[in-house]
Amino acid sequence: MDAVTVTDLVVDRGRRQVLNGLSFAVPVGQVTGLLGPSGSGKTTLMRAVVGVQQVRSGEVTVLGRPAGSPDLRSRVGYVTQAPSVYEDLTVRENVRYFASLYGMRSPEAEVAIADVGLSDGAGQLVRDLSGGQRGRVSLACALVGCPEVLVLDEPTVGLDPVLRVELWGRFHALAAAGRTLIVSSHVMEEAGRCDRLLLLRDGDLIADSTPTQLRADGRSEDLEEAFLNLIRAREDVAA
Amino acid sequence: MTATTTPPVRAAATHLSPRLTAATAARVLRQLRHDRRTIAMMLVLPSVLLGLLYLLWKDVPTLPGQPSIFDRVGLTMLGIFPFVVMFLVTSIAMLRERTSGTLERLLTTPLARLDLLLGYGLAFGLAAALQAVITVTVATTVYGLDVTGSVSLVVLIAVVDAVLGVALGLLASAFARSEFQAVQFMPVVVLPQFFLCGLLVPVDQMAGWLQAISHVLPLTYAVEALQEVGRSAAATGTMWTDVAIVAGAALLALALAAATLRRRTS
Repeated sequence: MDAVTVTDLVVDRGRRQVLNGLSFAVPVGQVTGLLGPSGSGKTTLMRAVVGVQQVRSGEVTVLGRPAGSPDLRSRVGYVTQAPSVYEDLTVRENVRYFASLYGMRSPEAEVAIADVGLSDGAGQLVRDLSGGQRGRVSLACALVGCPEVLVLDEPTVGLDPVLRVELWGRFHALAAAGRTLIVSSHVMEEAGRCDRLLLLRDGDLIADSTPTQLRADGRSEDLEEAFLNLIRAREDVAA
Repeated sequence: MTATTTPPVRAAATHLSPRLTAATAARVLRQLRHDRRTIAMMLVLPSVLLGLLYLLWKDVPTLPGQPSIFDRVGLTMLGIFPFVVMFLVTSIAMLRERTSGTLERLLTTPLARLDLLLGYGLAFGLAAALQAVITVTVATTVYGLDVTGSVSLVVLIAVVDAVLGVALGLLASAFARSEFQAVQFMPVVVLPQFFLCGLLVPVDQMAGWLQAISHVLPLTYAVEALQEVGRSAAATGTMWTDVAIVAGAALLALALAAATLRRRTS
């Protein structure tokens, strides 16, 4: 069963085409990594999945409904790359507000705060936090809604390695509980932590694979090198 | 495989929800609570400025049988302060929602667009009520402002004016890209209404085309309503009509502001 299916998706931003007719499916209950360099179209694709991106053509279906449908709004969580929380509220006030939007209460808010490791600083104003901590508040505000599909744009940027490992553990626990996660990253090192991988480059889908398969196809144990080999192979075909 | 996990049943997300409106209003008030300086300015500044006007006209002789200039101007300012303050505060607050990414995020949640706008209206309306009670109390006790009608009607009109300021502020923020631009909407939206509202020159003494403009600007009706309260002991029909017009203009501005909130952007 697929949580998200994308068919022939074309997106323009300004005069530039940023997604060139992508088609793929994201299975339920897995962590799907969206990998690619900065500017490859990752954020645009994620925005299309949560239904805030104007698209030129193609279809995006989430949990069997067109992306952005009103009844998907309580079932899909989205965490933008730049933390989008209120700087002039405390951590707890932020998470409680988003909890109330999803029909949750303060116990759920406390759990979400604990999940991102911010229980000790829950009473602090977000403006007094570091960039990485703000990102975790933003993540907690999505986790608190217990969404079935969680779309996370570069959630681990700037985090210390211990916390990064903890968060990836958290993502896999959510997936094991039947949730679907789409996690973008520009760090190939994180690709190995995903169940499935989508590799984007210049608006094209280079690979829709698993880490194991990617290593085999790219003839390298190192995912970064495997990715490079795939791109070179494509360019050879194109030339 | 755990794909059989059934989704929790939740209400559809498109229509207005009093619960989400209240949650949003509470959130806006909490943001305000963390900003003590803004609270102090909001609550104290109108009284201080009114005091300045009081001192300005204190020793100017009044024609016999006429209300004193301060009674006329001070009363009108009780409606204009909340309008101006709330317009400014709201347009900046909403612009912050837009630029910080929280607006886009909110639009992916079950919150309806009108929930958000009404939440702002409710929160700043409450703040305006507090502001009006303080200002009216100070004006009538310390500065001896003489109001023929009920003081509570003055507070009511002040709150409706504040809601109009909130609604226009929410709308104006859609046309501003930066806080620099947003503050400059203040003179664009507020000053023409102030000049033409009938305080500086009575509306019936203006040139015909200026009267026509004055009659489509909502602040004119707010000022007329206050002048009615200043004149007659009982609430007049004209006053209620004026209040309804101002409230209607606020609702219209809110609806237009909702239309500017696009879920899908390029």
